[in-house]
Amino acid sequence: MLSEYEAVIGLEVHIQLKTDSKIFCGCSTAFGGEPNIRVCPVCLGMPGVLPKINKRAVEFTIKMVLATAGTVHQESIFARKNYFYPDLPKGYQISQYEFPIATGGAVIIKNKDGEQKRIRLSRIHLEEEAGKLFHDTDDRCSYIDLNRCGIPLVEIVTEPDLRSSEEAYLFLSKIKQIAEYLDICTGNMEEGAIRCDINISVKSKGDKNYGTRREIKNMNSLKFIKRAIDYERDSQIQIIKSGGNISQETMLWDEKVGVTKLMRTKEESEDYRYFPEPDLMRLEITPEWIERVRKTLPELPDEKYRRFIRQYGIPAYDVGVLTSSRNLADYFEVVALVSKQPKLASNWVMVELMREIKETDISRIKVRPENLGTLITMIAMGKISSRSAKDVFAEMVRTGRNAEEIVKAEGLKQISDKAKIEKVVKLVLDNNRVSVRKYLRGKEGLFGFFFGQVMRETNGRAEPGLVNKILMDELNKRRGQ
Amino acid sequence: MDSDFEKLKAREIAAKIHSRVISSVEVTKYFLDRIESLNPEINAFISFDHEFALSQAKRIDNRIGSNDITSPLMGVPVAIKDNIQVSGLPTTCASRILSGYKAVFDAGLVEKIKRAGLVIIGKTNLDEFAMGSSNEYSYYGPVKNPIDNTKVSGGSSGGSAAAVAGGMVPLAIGSDTGGSVRLPAAFCGVPAIRPSYGRISRYGLVAFASSLDQIGPFALDVTDLAMLLSIVSGYDYRDSTSINVPIPDYASILKSGLNGLRVGIPKEYFGDGIEQTVRLAVNDVIRHLKNDNVELVDISLPTTKYSVAVYYVIANAEASSNLARYDGVRYGYRSDSIESLFDLYCNSRSEGFGQEVKRRIMLGTYVLSAGYYDAYYRRAMKVRTLIRDDFNRAFEKCELILSPTSPSVAFDFGERLVDPLKMYLSDIYTVASPLAGIPAMSVPCGKDPSGLPIGLQLIGKRFDEESVLQGAYHIERMMDVV
Ligand SMILES: [Zn+2]
Repeated sequence: MLSEYEAVIGLEVHIQLKTDSKIFCGCSTAFGGEPNIRVCPVCLGMPGVLPKINKRAVEFTIKMVLATAGTVHQESIFARKNYFYPDLPKGYQISQYEFPIATGGAVIIKNKDGEQKRIRLSRIHLEEEAGKLFHDTDDRCSYIDLNRCGIPLVEIVTEPDLRSSEEAYLFLSKIKQIAEYLDICTGNMEEGAIRCDINISVKSKGDKNYGTRREIKNMNSLKFIKRAIDYERDSQIQIIKSGGNISQETMLWDEKVGVTKLMRTKEESEDYRYFPEPDLMRLEITPEWIERVRKTLPELPDEKYRRFIRQYGIPAYDVGVLTSSRNLADYFEVVALVSKQPKLASNWVMVELMREIKETDISRIKVRPENLGTLITMIAMGKISSRSAKDVFAEMVRTGRNAEEIVKAEGLKQISDKAKIEKVVKLVLDNNRVSVRKYLRGKEGLFGFFFGQVMRETNGRAEPGLVNKILMDELNKRRGQ
Repeated sequence: MDSDFEKLKAREIAAKIHSRVISSVEVTKYFLDRIESLNPEINAFISFDHEFALSQAKRIDNRIGSNDITSPLMGVPVAIKDNIQVSGLPTTCASRILSGYKAVFDAGLVEKIKRAGLVIIGKTNLDEFAMGSSNEYSYYGPVKNPIDNTKVSGGSSGGSAAAVAGGMVPLAIGSDTGGSVRLPAAFCGVPAIRPSYGRISRYGLVAFASSLDQIGPFALDVTDLAMLLSIVSGYDYRDSTSINVPIPDYASILKSGLNGLRVGIPKEYFGDGIEQTVRLAVNDVIRHLKNDNVELVDISLPTTKYSVAVYYVIANAEASSNLARYDGVRYGYRSDSIESLFDLYCNSRSEGFGQEVKRRIMLGTYVLSAGYYDAYYRRAMKVRTLIRDDFNRAFEKCELILSPTSPSVAFDFGERLVDPLKMYLSDIYTVASPLAGIPAMSVPCGKDPSGLPIGLQLIGKRFDEESVLQGAYHIERMMDVV
């Protein structure tokens, strides 16, 4: 019933930049802690203060623009967005309006079937973050924390190119990934480091004209963004189907109930009275500056993806997972290069390592990638069995020691000595005469049992291929007896 | 001990202090006494603090005692307009909305004044948030003109002008957005300069109209003024609009006067509406300059007629935004009757701001509103460029532009309060130069028959304060002879 309609979605994504200091003063941008401790006269909007632009914030913005193939303007202008709210000490937000730092550019998203879609960006600009209000602590009053006030924000505005909540999700994930690769944002959505406003309308499929849009404000969870879009799309379709009209309204997502609620109508919408910020000069970004920044750009997700496929010959799915974060990709790359076993490295990183970092951050894991590389080399060379390797890895996770050390200390080296294995095999078969007879009479399933016994006797250190062969030979010998 | 320090120039007082004839503490006490006795009548100061002033003077005396003399005016008291932050002292901006507010940092220029060893003696009265031409719009009452206390002092730096003219302090700092330094200087009969935009740091100056505000000093004569300007000028990294250009030793170049400088006489500044006495006095100066063989050039500044309109659009637009921070949330006045967030804003601001400030906030809000922005603000910004071009063209023919500072002498209290437009027209000669960011000063050029001072304005090229001061020095000497 819903399929004849489709959503038309545009996003305004806000990314908190992780510069050391705020955009217009020297205060730290750290997260958490006591309220109102990372503030100064400038970010508190005391009388007589003036803003001073943080060059690093501009550079971070340029990085984002270059990474999304936008055009950096040599001259841009900061503007005041005027409105009253207690989280905004000056009564205006310093933002950009008519002349943003950049326009154009695009981000490529890829769905799970590998289909690509180009999402055009209309602009990227730099602005300051507001403070935070707490309404739930006390019924008589609200509290204000201005620590966040003045943290630099990059705003990325898309064209209305997205058609589903899934695409919006992919787009945001991609932006988050790029920001993480550029090392300009913590990417921590729970802390509000990435947030977005969603503009959404619906239209009949094939209709060239867009419907009237509503805006959902201030979303900061990928999961809720999907839900909010789906809810809003369905509710707009319902309204249209029942003969109603959508009016241009601003909505808020109520995550407890799972619905969007009216925040304000068009008539109530604010007139922000933008005008050029007279306390700041025009922002000049010379071509030389842009080139200097360009030189510092890391390999970006799409490039890395293509290179991994080319260089390591591992499946596209694996590459997708491994390049999802720059730290993970870098980690994998060291493991692969040290071990010279890309496929094995990919398996180990994607299974064993990913299991460990589910709980923690990759930067906190004690296993150094070159050590994991060595462990994999040992597996590949048959010096250690896969099973013992897992024990060694567990030990590495716990202590951070390197693989060779652990193997030596724990005596975990693989047993490849034919005579030694023969001895164990004989012992196992002698101890299980009944089973051997059953096997010889045709119950071949028991082979696995003997194999397991041998492995147990050798603490899993016996080289499996060798065990297999010797066990087979020995059983055959006994067939004749 | 020598008395009558108010008859001495700041540099003369400093010389006595530096040669240990007297101490900075004694001088400071002397002027504090003058303020105590005169301020109840003149109302030039909103606050002054004996302890604060004397403890500075004591420290300065110690420095002088160990021959650590950091400026030629060290030890001399100075008054600061009460819209400039002096850490630890109240900053009221003559507004109820900042009642109880104490500055938490020193303005850039206050740091320089402290380094130079001047004694900050108190904070001077002004029109609320520097919005006014007569100093009648102060929450703390109007400033009276020390020359004739039935007349206004001029505004908005009326307190600073009156304090210097009334002998309550030898030096003072004001601020000038559309004439707020030059107009009261003219009305009170002292010289004062508004230097080029970017010459003095605005960090710590409470913003009225950011693209126009500039701090300016007052003194008893041009030489003191030049010395004080050298002390307070200079780049400040905290003010993005402050410009890093060399600061000349202004006092050392005064003597060459108008030698080799061409003076432009703009016909648009001598049209209708000038009081006869003002016209006569200024024409007198022009005649004398001719006799002195100064090269006079007729020039035209055709966009002058738009400058008041352009000024009030831009200044009010910026003010409407700059004054948004006074919302009763974090500091200053908060209304008692609050039921909601809206009340907090609306009542605090309605009760905290005076009539004139509210008028300007409303005008400024209007010109920035959707649908009106292009017709008012954007157009005003375009005309502002034309005004700048006008000056640039004029300065191809001359180094200085001469005009009256104001079309009238100091007027009666209440005379212009009923008609805001008439009040705004007091600024007709002073608003154009701030729109162009160029330096301008007022220097006394005589008195009307009732003894009220008349001011003459000199306007120079951007960062050419030297020529402006040289011209003023020339005229000052001429007046001494006359
Ligand atoms: Zn700060």
